[in-house]
Amino acid sequence: MGSRVGESTRLKDEAGRRQNEQADMAATEPIVEMTDISIEFPGVKALQNVQLRLYPGEVHTLMGENGAGKSTLIKALTGVYKIDSGSILVSGGPRQFSGTADAQSAGISTVYQEVNLCDNLTVGENVMLGNEIRGAFGINWKKTHQAAHEALVGLGLGDLDPHQPLSSISLALQQLVAISRAMVAKSKVLILDEPTSSLDANEVEGLFTVMRRLRDQGVAILFVSHFLDQVYAISDRLTVLRNGEFVGEHLTRDLGRSQLISLMIGKDFETLASLGSNRRRDARESGEQPFYSATDLGRKGSIEPVDIAVYPGEVVGLAGLLGSGRTELGRLMYGADRPDSGEVTIGGKNTEVHSPVAGLATKIAFSTENRRDEGIVGDLTVRENLILAVQARRGWARPLSKREQKELCDKYLVELNVRPSDPERPIRNLSGGNQQKVLLGRWLATKPQLLILDEPTRGIDIGAKAEIQEAIATLAEEGMSVVFISSELEEVVRLSERIVVLKDHRKIGEIINGPDITADTIVDLIASDGAETQGVDAFEPEPAALATEGSTN
Amino acid sequence: MTSVIERPSAPQSPHTPSLVNRLKPNLETLPTLAAIVIFVGMIIYGEIAYGRILQFSTLSNLFINNAYLIILAVGLTFVILTGGVDLSVGAIIAISSLVGVMLANAGWNPFVVIVLMILIGSVFGAASGILIQYFNVQPFIATLAMMFLARGLASMLSTTPERLADESPIRALSTEIKVIDGPKINDLVTTPNVVIAAVVVIVAFYVLHKTRFGRTVYAIGGSEQSATLMGLPVVRTKLAIYIISGTLAGLAAVVYTSKLGIAQNITGVGWELDAIAAVIIGGTLLTGGAGFVLGSVIGALVLGLMNVLITRDGSIPPEATTIITGAILLVFVLLQRLVVSRKRKT
Repeated sequence: MGSRVGESTRLKDEAGRRQNEQADMAATEPIVEMTDISIEFPGVKALQNVQLRLYPGEVHTLMGENGAGKSTLIKALTGVYKIDSGSILVSGGPRQFSGTADAQSAGISTVYQEVNLCDNLTVGENVMLGNEIRGAFGINWKKTHQAAHEALVGLGLGDLDPHQPLSSISLALQQLVAISRAMVAKSKVLILDEPTSSLDANEVEGLFTVMRRLRDQGVAILFVSHFLDQVYAISDRLTVLRNGEFVGEHLTRDLGRSQLISLMIGKDFETLASLGSNRRRDARESGEQPFYSATDLGRKGSIEPVDIAVYPGEVVGLAGLLGSGRTELGRLMYGADRPDSGEVTIGGKNTEVHSPVAGLATKIAFSTENRRDEGIVGDLTVRENLILAVQARRGWARPLSKREQKELCDKYLVELNVRPSDPERPIRNLSGGNQQKVLLGRWLATKPQLLILDEPTRGIDIGAKAEIQEAIATLAEEGMSVVFISSELEEVVRLSERIVVLKDHRKIGEIINGPDITADTIVDLIASDGAETQGVDAFEPEPAALATEGSTN
Repeated sequence: MTSVIERPSAPQSPHTPSLVNRLKPNLETLPTLAAIVIFVGMIIYGEIAYGRILQFSTLSNLFINNAYLIILAVGLTFVILTGGVDLSVGAIIAISSLVGVMLANAGWNPFVVIVLMILIGSVFGAASGILIQYFNVQPFIATLAMMFLARGLASMLSTTPERLADESPIRALSTEIKVIDGPKINDLVTTPNVVIAAVVVIVAFYVLHKTRFGRTVYAIGGSEQSATLMGLPVVRTKLAIYIISGTLAGLAAVVYTSKLGIAQNITGVGWELDAIAAVIIGGTLLTGGAGFVLGSVIGALVLGLMNVLITRDGSIPPEATTIITGAILLVFVLLQRLVVSRKRKT
């Protein structure tokens, strides 16, 4: 996409040079060497004879589907889980850490996907927490903030004020603050667990700039990501896991994309590529009435009035940067937020949708982007999560019978290929992709005519992603209207018939999909809109641009 | 590692210190500032409406009579900052002061008695902390259990008021010391109890703002999970917090007993709630992570001053005190909700 493509090819060249250099330094000792690691949880072999080597001054990617054992391996290294067999060598000596703190004091820091900082404190306090500089009279705040500033400068974040509250900066910047924490602790190994899953393209670029800087300083970086582009842009070496087993360690330059994907999922790449290629039909030509249409639908402070229509059997994509108002529009359509302007017509009738109950009653379902907090109920079982929306529709006075529940579970667990397909397992224990499938099933069970999916594929592995995309295509084929929201433009283009482009909380255009439409078309549309103001700036890979995105998450 | 290849250096953007951010009214200090405004407002109102408020003797008595509440509020500030709560402090005062008075009357060395009274608090606090940390009991339930236990033990010791002998050295802690000799009886006086409370406040302030322990307290209140993942000593800190709260309750028992000279099994009923109210009025978020120990002191003084004003007024039945306390508390909690919702928007 646009500048990112150019950027990534340049980076690949650079990565290539880098690897030649690495090959010359074959004599370098790995700073972390994990051999034959096995971990068994009750009934599950989480890891079997897995190995991992991390070299200083190298970005090493850990690849694998969800549930392949990536997180388990990281937790084994940092001592959160005890290993049943195998050995861990750190700087040549055997080590077994007792937990995150212990690993950190040995120079191994982890930055997690959900940024683990304290947003009640300032940026500087977060950077220095636990490492504050102390004088004769306790913490010397002046020196502490100075040290925080130096750590931020070290990552090219010099214009970030350490006195600023953490809550006032964007998620992307918070992630970088978490990394500077690791640098204050003088970490030699930095583990980044899916750091990019909620960042947009520019923010990812900012993160990569920092990662490259640290790599050049000799830090060993372990990077976990689902995005192939990113893996190829940043990593020197990668280790692939599948079902808790070690598949292989490769230099990134030696491994083609399709090879990598088939290593990860053990399936052929062709099945994925053919997906959605026939979804290029304009439902409106058939002269049908739209199932849902709204004029001037808006809400103060969240989105300016937009016109939007969704026809039966049509997938409408909502595209835009993080914080452009895509989620807000989806929420308005479902009634999760109350619109304060606009007329809505559903199935030919003038209707008001001002609450989720009204949304469900008019056959609209909304699947949230915030899977963990607003989607699943972690302590309930897969079955209970699946029937939740149907049960809510019927009211608590008429509970679903055991038989009905079983029928629903059997139908959707099989149809959506949920693994493991045990309805009585707590949903918390499923991988992200499978949780998402259960959520999809929950809404499908209500037999909606309009399904709004907000980031249904975020942070899930490529196999599950393909399955969910396939399910969406099939649903539309069967006549359901779908609104599809995603920050991956390629995905939006592949699935949607029409694409509504949003920017800065307003609709800036609508694209009818066709063979010549690509992700770049959307990027160009966003970039050219209001180019004289700041639209173009947003695409420069500058930390300053990161800051302007704000924290909408 | 020893790379000589040129790499794209990070784009240098001009260093612009965000002055705007520093000048923005700090939303975290707002509730505490509001408490100070209300306190000052109450003093001015009292002076105008009833007179004789803004004078040495009244203000001295405010501190002397509320020294125990200030100490309790400081202890609870630690607990509430982490997002927890301690309901046992009122009952700890009952058991600690009863044991203290009975032992002192039995002829024990007063220093040993005082140390023992404080340690009783520490033991109950430690028990709460262990239940919370190692048995995964909710702070509310764990400290509620300790409250019933302490109250029950106190009732087993005695159900009648136990009077501390007037000549007991423990009572020396409430000796009035003239600091400024004003006209007539309008003197600025203090007692060792007030000095103890002041030292507690100063030490607590130092610990919270100038030590890593204190920063960990705030971090736990912000997000306990994050604090753990950041490698902070969460377990140790949470345990220490309940021990601090219990110990300060024991100290408050010493202060209160020395002042009143009487201990009873029903002493301190509901004081944990007064202390919680003081902390909340002082601007500490009940969900943890934000607040100041000095705010809690103001909170305690607001409650104390309110009692003085109601007594002076005479037309308000004393029974209405709790209604007014409740109303003030409600106003402050609403103010906090406002602060939190505004913070979410930024």
